[in-house]
Parts: sequence; C-alpha cells; structure tokens
Amino acid sequence: MSSPSHTVRRARAGTTEPAWVKWTLIGVALAFVFLFLLLPLAAVFTEALRKGVPAFLEAFQEPDAWSAIRLTLITAAIAVPLNLVFGVAAAWAIAKYEFRGKAFLTTLVDLPFSVSPVVAGLIYVLMFGAHGWFGPWLQAHDVKIIFAVPGIVLATIFVTFPFIARELIPLMQAQGTEEEQAAQVLGASGWQTFWHVTLPNIKWGLIYGVILCNARAMGEFGAVSVVSGHIRGQTNTMPLHVEILYNEYQSVAAFAVASLLALLALVTLVIKSFVEWQFDRLEKAAAALPPEPVPQSVPV
Amino acid sequence: MQSALPAGSLPRRTPKRVLPGFNITLGFTLFYLSVIVLIPLSALFFKTFTLTWAQFASAVSSPRVVASYQLTFGASFLAALVNAVFGLLLAWVLVRYQFPGKKLVDALVDLPFALPTAVAGISLTALLASNGWVGSLLEPYGISLAFNRNGVVIALIFIGLPFVVRTVQPVLEDAEKELEEAAACLGASRWQTFRHVIFPTIAPALLTGFAMAFARAIGEYGSVIFIAGNMPMVSEITPLIIIGKLEQYDYAGATAVAVVMLGFSFVMLLVINALQAWQRKRAGASS
Repeated sequence: MSSPSHTVRRARAGTTEPAWVKWTLIGVALAFVFLFLLLPLAAVFTEALRKGVPAFLEAFQEPDAWSAIRLTLITAAIAVPLNLVFGVAAAWAIAKYEFRGKAFLTTLVDLPFSVSPVVAGLIYVLMFGAHGWFGPWLQAHDVKIIFAVPGIVLATIFVTFPFIARELIPLMQAQGTEEEQAAQVLGASGWQTFWHVTLPNIKWGLIYGVILCNARAMGEFGAVSVVSGHIRGQTNTMPLHVEILYNEYQSVAAFAVASLLALLALVTLVIKSFVEWQFDRLEKAAAALPPEPVPQSVPV
Repeated sequence: MQSALPAGSLPRRTPKRVLPGFNITLGFTLFYLSVIVLIPLSALFFKTFTLTWAQFASAVSSPRVVASYQLTFGASFLAALVNAVFGLLLAWVLVRYQFPGKKLVDALVDLPFALPTAVAGISLTALLASNGWVGSLLEPYGISLAFNRNGVVIALIFIGLPFVVRTVQPVLEDAEKELEEAAACLGASRWQTFRHVIFPTIAPALLTGFAMAFARAIGEYGSVIFIAGNMPMVSEITPLIIIGKLEQYDYAGATAVAVVMLGFSFVMLLVINALQAWQRKRAGASS
C-alpha cells in the first residue's frame, strides 16, 4: 500500500517548483494586485471620507447629484432590457441553427467591443446631431436626441451591445438542441419550449451577462460624454457628474459619487463570483452523473 | 391524393430547422444590429467621403495628431506588454498554487471590468499625484507618475489587466499534467519544462489576451484623461483629439481621425479572431 503513494509523491516533485520559487511568484503576484487593484479601490473610499461623514453626505444633498443618479438608473433600465432581448434572440438564431454567414454575424455582434467609446459617441452625433443626417429633420420636428437623454441611451446601448449575446451564444451552442427538440415532439409550442426548457438552462449565463452589461451601462463615460453635452441636472450621468465635480476641485464630492459607482462594481463582482460558483456546482453535478466524466469548459 | 401532398413535403422541412423561431430571431438580430451598430458606423464612412483626399490627409497627419498616435500606440503596447507578463504570472499563481485569499484575488481581477473608467481615472490620479499615497513616496526620488506619459501607461495597465489573466487561466487549467510529468521523467529541469512544454500550450491564449488588452487600450478614454495631463504633442491621446475637434465643431476632422481609429479596430478584430481560431486548433490538437 505504501509504494504507490510514494511514487505519486515522487512524480509530483518533478512537476512543481521549489518552495522559494512558488512563494516568490505568489508574493510578486500579490504585490501587483495590491498596487494596481486594491490600492485604487481603497483610495476611492478614503478620498470620499477624507473630511468625514458629514462632508461625504453633503455630496448627496445636491439636486444635481440626484438627477445624475436618476438618469444613470433610467439609462440602464432601458439599455439593459433591450440588449437582453437582443442577446437572447441572437443566441437563439446563432446557436440553434446552421446558416451561411454565421461566423461573420458572430463577429459583427462583437464589433462594438473593439470600437473606441469616443468613436461610438461620434457616430450618433453624425447621425442625429445638428449637422448630421437626420439633424435638420429632427430640428424641424423639435426632437432632441444629441445633448439629450435619447442620445445617452443610444450610446449606452451601443457600448453594452455584445455583453449578453456573447455570454449566451457559447452556452447555448454547448447545450445543443436535443432538449428543445424533445419538447417540440411532446407538443410544446415554441414559446413554451423557450420558457420551460431553454430559459432554465441558460438562467445563470443570462444573469452573468445582465450584471456585466448593467455595470458597464451605469459606468460608461467616453461614449456618453460625447453625446451628453454636460448639461447639469439634465444630461449628466453619474460618471459625468464625477468628472464635473473633480474638474471643479470638489474632490470629496467627486469621490463620494464615485464611491457609489465603486460599490456598484463590488456588488457586480460578488454576484459574478456567486454565478461562477453556481456554474462550477452544476458542472460537477453533471460530471458526476455519466459513467465517464467529460468536463466541459466553463462558459466564461 | 390530398394527404399525399403534405407527406411529400415533409422530408424537405425536417432537416436541421425543426425548432421554430429561426426567422423571427434572425430577423430581429439583423434589424437591431443594423439600427444600433451598422447604420451609425456607416455614417462615419459617408461623412468621410464628403472630404477631399487632401483634407482627409491633412486632418489625420497633422503633427499634433501624429504625436497622439505615437503616444496612444506606444503606451498601449507597453501596457499590454506589462499585462502579458503579470497576467501570465497571476494566471499561473491562481491555477497552480494554493494560498490564503486566493478566491478574493481571483474575484478582484475583474475589478477593471466592473469599475467605471472615470472612477479608475480619478482614483489613480489621487494615488499618483505628488500629494497621493504613492506619489508622495516617489517624489523625493524625482519620479513622477501622474500628469505625464507614465500616467497614461499606468491607467492602461489597470484597464487591460483582466484580459490576459482571463484568457490564459482556462488554458492552464485544461493543460495536461501528464506532459509535464513526461518531461520531468525525461530529465528536463522545471524551467525547461515550462519553456518547451507549458509555454507553447498557453502561447496562443497569451497572445490573444495581449491583443485584446492592446485593442482595448487604444480606444480607452475615461481612465486616461484624468491622469494624462493632456498636453498637446506630449500627453494627448487620440480619442481626446477627436473630442477636441468635436468641441471646435470640426466634424470633418473628428470623423477623419475616427476613421483611422475604426480601421485599426477592424484590423485588431480580425487579428483577435485569427488568434482565437489558432487557439481552438491548438486545443483540439492536444486533446
């Protein structure tokens, strides 16, 4: 009994590093994380509380701060559901069927990720701005898109466009169509099949995409900055409000609003870790079921 | 005869498309994609066509714009390089070792994806300014990391940090330990095993992560403008040039520079797609 465990230990010794190498690598990695991630995060909260809690709370007495928070919430409340519907539709079309141009379509869905946020804002200015394609028509009908809320929503939709689709496409491709076909054979309608078969299967991927999409929608700066016009109390989102306060040397107020956004980021990370843990659990359960466990790649 | 007709048409309908909803989902996908992405992007090209070639050339090659390309590309390349090195290290440490706080570090790696760029920008500036935690420590040595090009690189390192970690991590997790054992049995040192066995396996993923971090850094705006100082010819990034031209109502000039950036985005998208295909081929060949 003792000889196999002995050989195992010998084999492991050849595929691990000496302890000093291991702890040096861990040390350097942790120092990097501390300097580049932990310190900036901590700085947001300490700068916000530098002059105490009353000064921190004062930042939220301002009506402009509240209108920025409201606009950020409204923008996310429109952009995220629209991209959610798109993400599910695109993933259904791309994952469940074969058709020509599928790879190209998948690349196009990812396209907004590689466009600079500033360019993303600019294209809507060229479409709807005073000198844009629809500018004269919009002016004649007294509709404002650029330097108004619709432009902010459009720019936000653009930059968060791929988030949900790109989570769902690989997940639904990996799951195949067998369960849906079984439901069809048993007489379920298309909608019933989606609601009772597909949706429970993609639930975690959907939540994952939605929280990442939401974090970006609430935090977008570059694209929104181009189309907003920075009208205080009207077209300022939270990140733009942070910029204005910061440029006016109201450091504590800027960091107070920023700390809300940092909290949003932390909540996003917590939910994301929870969803990943669920993925892991489901995968292990699935791997335990069949006689030969074939671990599938984590849909991240 | 009446029943024979639908029966005869059945075999044509069965292959592949038994699930309903193809037309409506693909139709909606194409509609939404066109309205949000394709038509607005095409506006950029149509606007460029209203410029003469000389106007376009002078807009995209004025000294100030060229200086911004040099800064944007140079700083993005440096930042992506730093991220490749430390991203690989982080991925390695997270996959291969156990240490206290590992779960926390793993979750924290995604912070740059979740933290709004403007918040990252003002926070890094507060840290690195001469009165900040880090800046005040470095000032006696004459090192300044804020309001100059160094600041640009540091902000870009921050925003590109997760890419390399998240592309290399799954490949390292799937890498077969047997190959390393075989190398060790054949007398390879641990470093030789890493160089000749492990590194070739993760190289495609590492390059993909590098390309993603580089592409993201080129377009980045929010985190950089606070820390860069934004001096023309010195620390002014290309996206800021576009904003500057827009503020002067120079739509044609802004569009011309934007087309250059968009062209680069397309190239990077193709490069990343090719790298991912290479990675899949590698993964398929090894398993």
